Amino acid sequence: MKYYRSHVLVSINETSVAAGVQAFVSALRNELAKSNLSEEINVLETGPLGFFGRGICLTVYPENINYEAVKAEDIPELVAEHFLKGRPVKRLMLDTAGKFSPKFNYENRIVLRNSGIIDPESIDDYIGAGGYEGLEKALTQMQPAEIIAEVKKSGLRGRGGAGFPAGVKWSFTAPLTAPQKYVVVNADEGEPGTFKDRLIMEGDPHQLIEGIMICARAVGASKGYIYIRGEYKLCIARLEKAIQQAREYGILGKNIFESGFDFDIEIKIGAGAYVCGEETALIESLEGNRGNPRWKPPFPGVQGLWKAPTVVNNVETLANVPFIIAKGADEYLKHGTPECTGTKVYTILGDVAHPGLCEIDMGTTLRTIINEYAGGMKKGFKFKAALVGGAAGVILPDRLLDVKMDFSSLNQYAAVLGSGAILVMNEHQSIVDMLWSILRFFRHESCGKCAPCRNGSQQLYKLITKIKKGEGTMEDVELMQTIAETMQQTSFCALGQSPIMAIRSAIENFRDEFIAITKK
Amino acid sequence: MYKEICQKYAPNKDNLIQILHEIQDTHPQHYISPEAVDAVAEYLKVPANHIYGVLTFYTMYSTSPRGKNIIRLCESPPCYIKGSDNILRKLKSALGVGVGETTKDGQFTLELCACLGVCGNAPVMMINEDVYGDLTEEKVDEILAKIRGTK
Repeated sequence: MKYYRSHVLVSINETSVAAGVQAFVSALRNELAKSNLSEEINVLETGPLGFFGRGICLTVYPENINYEAVKAEDIPELVAEHFLKGRPVKRLMLDTAGKFSPKFNYENRIVLRNSGIIDPESIDDYIGAGGYEGLEKALTQMQPAEIIAEVKKSGLRGRGGAGFPAGVKWSFTAPLTAPQKYVVVNADEGEPGTFKDRLIMEGDPHQLIEGIMICARAVGASKGYIYIRGEYKLCIARLEKAIQQAREYGILGKNIFESGFDFDIEIKIGAGAYVCGEETALIESLEGNRGNPRWKPPFPGVQGLWKAPTVVNNVETLANVPFIIAKGADEYLKHGTPECTGTKVYTILGDVAHPGLCEIDMGTTLRTIINEYAGGMKKGFKFKAALVGGAAGVILPDRLLDVKMDFSSLNQYAAVLGSGAILVMNEHQSIVDMLWSILRFFRHESCGKCAPCRNGSQQLYKLITKIKKGEGTMEDVELMQTIAETMQQTSFCALGQSPIMAIRSAIENFRDEFIAITKK
Repeated sequence: MYKEICQKYAPNKDNLIQILHEIQDTHPQHYISPEAVDAVAEYLKVPANHIYGVLTFYTMYSTSPRGKNIIRLCESPPCYIKGSDNILRKLKSALGVGVGETTKDGQFTLELCACLGVCGNAPVMMINEDVYGDLTEEKVDEILAKIRGTK
């Protein structure tokens, strides 16, 4: 192994690719070579760095200095000043002005512990960071029942939104005898404001593969599918590469680690439908059909893909599994609250100083997340509300800022943690306008299978449009709530059951705004 | 040509979505023609109406010819509150087309889409495979000029 004086981590993600990062990296390497620094400074292409600067972002170790919005013309200065003379270029450093600077919090990470540190396109990097240890343990030292017991003990709950205990889900499938069982990864991340799964896959694709395989071993599946949205080009490319590397290393294939376990993974690409995030709709789509949800029961765990027992888990859920198995449930239980263990990856957006992602313990309050991890509100803006959980989420006012962010605590406020998206609104933004945008989304994404959702989503959009124009009355506002309640009780799947959450929370918490905009 | 694409995949219905993606991506007008549907139906042994059902369900597919460059602007809440409406207005006037329409020179088709998962840089649009974030009206001009220049 080679030792370098300094490591420059360059984040390769959708955003930086758009800013021309590939040309930037080769220019940087050239400049370093010109200054005879190639042997001293290592340029590493990696995943998301754990902060969201604009454009091309770099982190330099060991100094731990973050640069954002770096351009090709800045390279000579960077090399001459920082890499040659050791004087960081202040004007390019991540702006941490404002009351708080964001915490990076690497110590506390589970799912993103390698992200931005290893080269996601190198299986050796992942193995060097302790990767595939959990799989090795699961295949050579544990019985399937012990794996499930460990995951149950860890308290891991599904990270796709509903929060169902993962170990319990697996235990429905494991005892069934069937010629074929499947593990399906739900990577059809479509909840507005959510891109945690994209970052998990871009930053550390092998971790997901390891999680899938441990799950497969536990339930007795021999084939895995990753159903990923078509727009996530970089994720798809990285996963394909990772699967290929795993096959070459004998980690995927026949008789893995001489345990008699055979397994392979295939990537299936979605084609743009929010409803396919619902597990039975996703299975329909995998089979080559329209993504209309199926009746439950039977649940997919019993009868899923091609009627075979199928475990469908979210990306983040499975990405937690290698840690749990390698380090043990007790280590995992050190994070989070008794009802909601572990960490959660959030995406924080809107008018905060540092929009981006963070991984923190379950049960951290919304106030802490905004103030400490997102650097507080953007200068000159005041907090008004946060949309938590995307379109299928709730609008929380400032009096609920101290609510703990976990599945159980949020339930007390009829709120959901959902996908972990936090969209922060400032005092000038209109709640009615926000609700309009949410209801337009549902109108567009209703799959049309069941009448309550198909018609209800249309009516909700008509009513909110009327209200937004100032032509509605408070009766219309009440009617919206009634329709959404009916949808909640009668819709076929979670999509139609969701609009009530945004509507109720908007009306309850911001009633004055509706009174002000409606006719007397 | 459609047959060749089909034959890269096993003749199972579950490959339908992938086959349609490849047909559309390789067609110069980025759409799936009736001839393509027939070819796929024959190869997979599924009725053409099933294929139309799938085609019209998913937003990424088009059954009518489109421009060389497909612009997909996100209209989901995170982009909306960051002013995606202004960007839409700008795109409409810069291109002289409405949503779902193609410019006369066949260069651009303007579409709206749901969340692209790049919300950290809202408002966001995708042109073909590339994502453009933190959009402003001026930036839209620059991006369009750049693409026009390299056509």
